[in-house]
Amino acid sequence: MAHGPKPGFTRWLYTTNHKDIGSMYLWFSFAMFLLGGCMALVIRAELFQPGLQIVQPEFFNQMTTMHGLIMVFGAVMPAFVGLANWMVPMMIGAPDMALPRMNNWSFWILPFAFAMLASTLFMEGGAPNFGWTFYAPLSTEYAPPSVTFFIFSIHIMGASSIMGAINIVATILNMRAPGMTLMKMPLFVWTWLITAYLLIAVMPVLAGVVTMMLMDIHFGTSFFSAAGGGDPVLFQHVFWFFGHPEVYIMILPAFGIVSAIIPTFARKPLFGYSSMVYATASIAFLSFIVWAHHMFTVGMPIAGELFFMYATMLIAVPTGVKVFNWVTTMFRGSMTFETPMLFSIAFVILFTLGGFSGLMLAIAPADFQYHDTYFVVAHFHYVLVPGAIFSITAGVYYWLPKWTGNMYNETMGKVHFWMAFVGLNVTFFPMHFVGLAGMPRRIPDYALQFADFNQIASVGAFLFGAAQIVFLFNVIRTVRGGRKATDEVWENPQGLEWTVPSPAPYHTFSTPPVVR
Amino acid sequence: MAISANAKTTIKMLALAVSMLGFALFIMPPLYDAFCEVTGLNGKTGDRYEAVPAAVDTERTVKVQFVASNNENMPWKFTPGVVEMKVHPGEAVDTVFLAYNPTERDMVGQAIPSLVPFKAASYFHKTECFCFNQQTLAAGESAELGLRFIVDPDLPPGVNTITLSYTLFDVTERIAKQTDNKKTDASPIERDSEREG
Repeated sequence: MAHGPKPGFTRWLYTTNHKDIGSMYLWFSFAMFLLGGCMALVIRAELFQPGLQIVQPEFFNQMTTMHGLIMVFGAVMPAFVGLANWMVPMMIGAPDMALPRMNNWSFWILPFAFAMLASTLFMEGGAPNFGWTFYAPLSTEYAPPSVTFFIFSIHIMGASSIMGAINIVATILNMRAPGMTLMKMPLFVWTWLITAYLLIAVMPVLAGVVTMMLMDIHFGTSFFSAAGGGDPVLFQHVFWFFGHPEVYIMILPAFGIVSAIIPTFARKPLFGYSSMVYATASIAFLSFIVWAHHMFTVGMPIAGELFFMYATMLIAVPTGVKVFNWVTTMFRGSMTFETPMLFSIAFVILFTLGGFSGLMLAIAPADFQYHDTYFVVAHFHYVLVPGAIFSITAGVYYWLPKWTGNMYNETMGKVHFWMAFVGLNVTFFPMHFVGLAGMPRRIPDYALQFADFNQIASVGAFLFGAAQIVFLFNVIRTVRGGRKATDEVWENPQGLEWTVPSPAPYHTFSTPPVVR
Repeated sequence: MAISANAKTTIKMLALAVSMLGFALFIMPPLYDAFCEVTGLNGKTGDRYEAVPAAVDTERTVKVQFVASNNENMPWKFTPGVVEMKVHPGEAVDTVFLAYNPTERDMVGQAIPSLVPFKAASYFHKTECFCFNQQTLAAGESAELGLRFIVDPDLPPGVNTITLSYTLFDVTERIAKQTDNKKTDASPIERDSEREG
């Protein structure tokens, strides 16, 4: 029996093993995280002082655009897919993903997509410079020639995400161990099931919108060109019809991760499991009817503004249910504060904070003041960095001993956490203030009165960047050796993944486990 | 041969993905156009209006303002003949816009209307408008571009001023490109010919 991995490089090229593919997704995502992070540091270095010091405005715009695209599509999404690859089969007692060869394909097209996207930096006219939201006509009539490469790389990323999502749906629906009913599934599996549906529903819309751009640029159509009878505002509607569910794609799996971690370290079962499931489903449903809150200022009738304002505020209800459940799980629990728990608690607090600034932005009349200022930047970094990045980090620390069989260095983990926590707040908290004071986003130079807060933010950004080096070092050290982890790793954690040995053998659950 | 559960799920999910792509490409844009036409959002005024005899409401006077502007890189001189006029709802009114091509090449222009307030957009009817067609001006040529409109007597009572703005786009290259493309593929350009006044 005991088939091991093939030796050599072809193991990774031809692998259909969910653990191998999960690891490749995670490493790829980390590489993209560092690349996107370096771009963020270029931005923060330039903004350390008013005036132009380091880069020209053209290059600055390329940095903001590429930072956004790489972080969203290259860092956060593949990291979640990687975690799903590793954990979903192990959590539901399946031997592998449902469609292992498609799994290989959906990973291996990603490096090509990002190589193509990154190569635009060296092209004539430079990389895309129109912001990660690529609003037409900036991204069509006024775009650099490299926009076509950008469009094709988005197509490939979309294909990869759709294939990954189909695989996850098929695995969860068809491969659960006997006795594992839907309402017995761990919450990470549930949130990923719903996320996968969101991906399948909206990634084609993204593909559609870039296809329309491609037609406008090269084939003489005018979907978004007013001169030909089109309308640039249509772009914003189609984009945000994709874009709003997309932001939940980047947060729902995070909810699943912290819902796994908090009960373990609070030593209490998760409070309100079924309400968590229904809250996730409601958030996913609502995500389809709130898109226009990103575009309150385009000139909507008052009825539209009110509808999108109230629908957006409605999302605070299921999200509030979730936060309540996490807090209640911790309440009177016998808590310990290992690194995964620290990141999870920071997630709960800071994500809630980001949610509150989201509520402020949802108020349509007030949004006219906040629109396109640093307040928006502060808001979405508060939901994405502590939301997506912290939860992924927490998940990696939580499951790393299971993956490698070795414990990570707890001290180094805590150092990473505190550096990241302080760095994050120092970076993004001042952005609320400069935003409210009127500093617009996506500018390389700014008025003098914003200088102090920007300097503070830049210092924080470099601290946050340094924290990730500690993380990388810790992970590499753990992969290479360290104190052996027990099979359970933590104290009485719940879930099938803790019933297999550490490190998890190459093939797990070749015979399905018995669930209760 | 019975197909496996995995294959069934895959087919269903693929069908969902393909239909969402179709939705984005073929349903959303026409839906948006229809929605804008019904609500008057984005200020687009309707197609050519077939004038029906209607009583002129001499009791009421509405101020109509004209604005002309050029899209970026459009070198023509483009101005309204009169900047403002007072009209009675129901009467057909003529006015002109003036265009002059100061360059040394023949050019094609397309004017795109936008009207505020949006709620008046569906009550502003054009029986004749230069914006229904593209305008070709030879080098150095100038032209008077005609517009005939009727303000609907049903115009909501609160509206006393209507501002009609035209933005003039240089479509010389677009037209040239289209004539090239039409030889190989005619379908993607349909939206151009469906242009609304």
